[in-house]
Amino acid sequence: MQTIIFRAAIPLITTLMMIFSVFILLRGHNAPGGGFIGGIIAASAFAVYGIAQSEAAIRKALYFKPLTISAFGLLLSVLSGLFSILYDKPFLTGLWHKVDIFHTVVFYISTPLFFDIGVYLVVVGGLSAIILVLEEEE
Amino acid sequence: MVWIILSGFFVAFASPFCVRILGQIGAYLLSIVAFGICYYFISFTAEVSSGSVLYYSYEWFPNMSVRFAFFLDPLSLIFAILISGIGGFIILYAASYLKNHPHLGRFLGFILAFMASMLGLVLANDIITLFVFWEATSITSFLLIGFDSHRAEARRAAIQALVVTGGGGLALLAGLILLSLSTGSLLLSDMLFFNGRSLDNDLYVLILLLILGGAFTKSAQIPFHFWLPNAMEAPTPVSAYLHSATMVKAGVYLLMRLNPVLGQQPLWTEILSIVGALTLVVGSILAMASRDLKRMLAYTTMASLGLLVLLIGMGSQEALLAAMVYLVAHSFFKGAFFMLAGGVDHSTGTRDIYAVSGLYRVMPLTAVTAALAALSMCGLPPFLGFVAKETMYSIFGSASLGGFHIFIMLMLVIGNALMLVIAASIAIMPFYGRSYKTPKIPHESDFFMLCGPVILALLGIVSVGYLHNFDTYFIVPALQVIAPFTISKNLHLWGGFNLALLLSIVTILFGVFIYLYKDNLHRFLVSLFKFLRWGPDKGFDQFVNAITRLSFIWRKYMQSGHHSHYLMLTFVFFAFALWAPIYDDAYDVFKEMLAVKAEITLQNLLFIAIIVISVLSVIIVLMAKTRLFAIVSLGIQGFSVAVIFMIAGAPDLSFTQFMVDTLAIVVLTLVMTRLAMQMVDYRSMQERLLGIIVSLFCGVGIMVHLNQILSKPFNAYISDYFNAYSFIEAHGRNIVNVIIVDFRAIDTLGEISVVMGAAIACLALVKMRNKKTKLASHTS
Repeated sequence: MQTIIFRAAIPLITTLMMIFSVFILLRGHNAPGGGFIGGIIAASAFAVYGIAQSEAAIRKALYFKPLTISAFGLLLSVLSGLFSILYDKPFLTGLWHKVDIFHTVVFYISTPLFFDIGVYLVVVGGLSAIILVLEEEE
Repeated sequence: MVWIILSGFFVAFASPFCVRILGQIGAYLLSIVAFGICYYFISFTAEVSSGSVLYYSYEWFPNMSVRFAFFLDPLSLIFAILISGIGGFIILYAASYLKNHPHLGRFLGFILAFMASMLGLVLANDIITLFVFWEATSITSFLLIGFDSHRAEARRAAIQALVVTGGGGLALLAGLILLSLSTGSLLLSDMLFFNGRSLDNDLYVLILLLILGGAFTKSAQIPFHFWLPNAMEAPTPVSAYLHSATMVKAGVYLLMRLNPVLGQQPLWTEILSIVGALTLVVGSILAMASRDLKRMLAYTTMASLGLLVLLIGMGSQEALLAAMVYLVAHSFFKGAFFMLAGGVDHSTGTRDIYAVSGLYRVMPLTAVTAALAALSMCGLPPFLGFVAKETMYSIFGSASLGGFHIFIMLMLVIGNALMLVIAASIAIMPFYGRSYKTPKIPHESDFFMLCGPVILALLGIVSVGYLHNFDTYFIVPALQVIAPFTISKNLHLWGGFNLALLLSIVTILFGVFIYLYKDNLHRFLVSLFKFLRWGPDKGFDQFVNAITRLSFIWRKYMQSGHHSHYLMLTFVFFAFALWAPIYDDAYDVFKEMLAVKAEITLQNLLFIAIIVISVLSVIIVLMAKTRLFAIVSLGIQGFSVAVIFMIAGAPDLSFTQFMVDTLAIVVLTLVMTRLAMQMVDYRSMQERLLGIIVSLFCGVGIMVHLNQILSKPFNAYISDYFNAYSFIEAHGRNIVNVIIVDFRAIDTLGEISVVMGAAIACLALVKMRNKKTKLASHTS
């Protein structure tokens, strides 16, 4: 796995995969994609990066400990579900807010989106934790 | 009422602090709780004995119609007064007995918790409530028997008692549930009007056996008696309270309570009287073979319980009357006896009846009280024990004497005579004669240790003085609850010259005769049991060992530690689960499947091409020379499935399948490099063949199931709903994602928790392995 071409190409590929994973995550609600699949793509990006570089490189790229990321994702999902309780609605009820900037940029911000981001983070963190421990040198 | 019952639990939590802060006085003060409860129940006497029943009920599990329900009727009243009253004396006694013990507060807490559980048991109306308190007595008794937890014998005795009585409790639960199903009510007060004769016969036998399983284990009937003598490892207050006056009576209570429902049937009479008679005789013989004061008392308790069960089984008016009186009399004299024996032990340091003698000089009050208790236990006039014995012998007055009655009569006479011998031995041998040197210098027990036994022993004679009141307020009303007929008999001290009196005299003469030769009998019995060697106590150990060995064997085959073995087991069970529901019409299913004809169209051709690729890749997996090759080929198979999803119009599924497969290959490759697996498959031909067979079963099984599901008409209700509402309600056009993050978000939440849990577990496993290899490399 230590060919020059592979090593040179990998940072580029990883970057593309990361951007793609976020893209997949965000478009998920209306087109194929979502947090789970986005998370898998991101985790594969880290895995491939690790094969080319080293385990330490992934850790540096992740910045946070993988399980911390995972736990934060779970927390985010739970909190996004709990948010509806403030509006006296049952746990996990989806709430939507329209963001309208001068009628030019119009999009919705919603609790399911944060829920999906939570799923994404859990998957990224969990899978990279496993990958890291496997790539670790003896 | 409920708060009164539960107060014991609350005070139990406070008791360690109470004793720590107030010291010894705090311990004595705790008895006020018990005496207060006792007073509370006594205040109901007039009301309850006139025939009114008090009900208390709260919702517990409304959708299963389980209630937290209690009722107070004359039978519960007798038990409640005995439990709380004796409980008070026991607390006083224990406070002195365990003076300066570091865990006195904890001990008293256990006693109070036990008292509360026992009160709940005898007052419960709902069967689930009854069961909960029944098990609570088992658990608190476990804590109390194992109180000296640093001693192995105490731990063993505690576990044994818990296993036996807890196991019996489970049988009881099953029995009670069956009973409630057939009577249509969970409330005991409703069941009492239900006569067992109207139960279906097979069901009646099952219910009876299960409930007897509970009652016999709790009340130490043969062959479940062995835990009771072992429970003597507990501190004496526990033995006096649980194992003579209260807990062991729970089984008796249950039998009395259910007598109107299950009693008065041939099977009931046969089982109860034969088991009871055997327990009576075997218990008193075992008591003769022991020399430890507490063990002797324990065996006579077992004998007395046998006697009670026998009397309940006989079921006639005299028998039930005798059972009721004997129950009370026994609680008085046995409670007193145990406390006195504990006093002797406390004062001399030994409980061996042959090692103490002549204590009369130092412990006069103890000696006199023991004599009083013994006279009641012997059944001599004018004690309550005599009244009980007269009544039980009057069973034979009215009935024509068949072989069965002769057998019972014989057993009663032998059992009573032997108990007389034991009572006399315990009251005479330690107290009179020459003084021996004992491990500790004997001294008289203090006030708090004596007040309980003195009052209980005196009650044995005072109650006779007020026999009429005792009868009308307690015994007859209680009897009326448990007997399906009207009570006409009364208690009396003097019944005239009749068969009962004759039997009493025979018993006493026989007892005196045995007493004269008791040492010879004791020696003979000791050598006999030495010769026999095996007993149910040993049987219990063998049973436990057998279970341990069985689980070792099970572990050996189920938990071999080889990954391939685990996989094989998983898939074998999977194949079994797939084929079990369809094996009998598998042939038809196959015929149906083969009959399906597919038209060859362009789209079909595409499918077929992909399937061919997929099958080829699987064949390559099987033929692959190295594992890496196999893994990559497996990836091709996964990709072709993803392509099928794509063509069939499930982009999300296909997308995920692609990514999962990619990741799986990456992870598998990493695992390969990391675990230094052999590059080549090392399995033998047979193992491979077995694997092929199992996987064929799994694969074909899934195919058959899928085919069956697809052959059913498709219910579009849910998918139509999602189609219609996914954008309106959840603002999303991708239904799959809307389901994941909105419609079924709670499932997703569960799933991501599992993902995270799996990651943690995986990390822990690999890290653990690292530590081990590191350690190994350090040592080598």
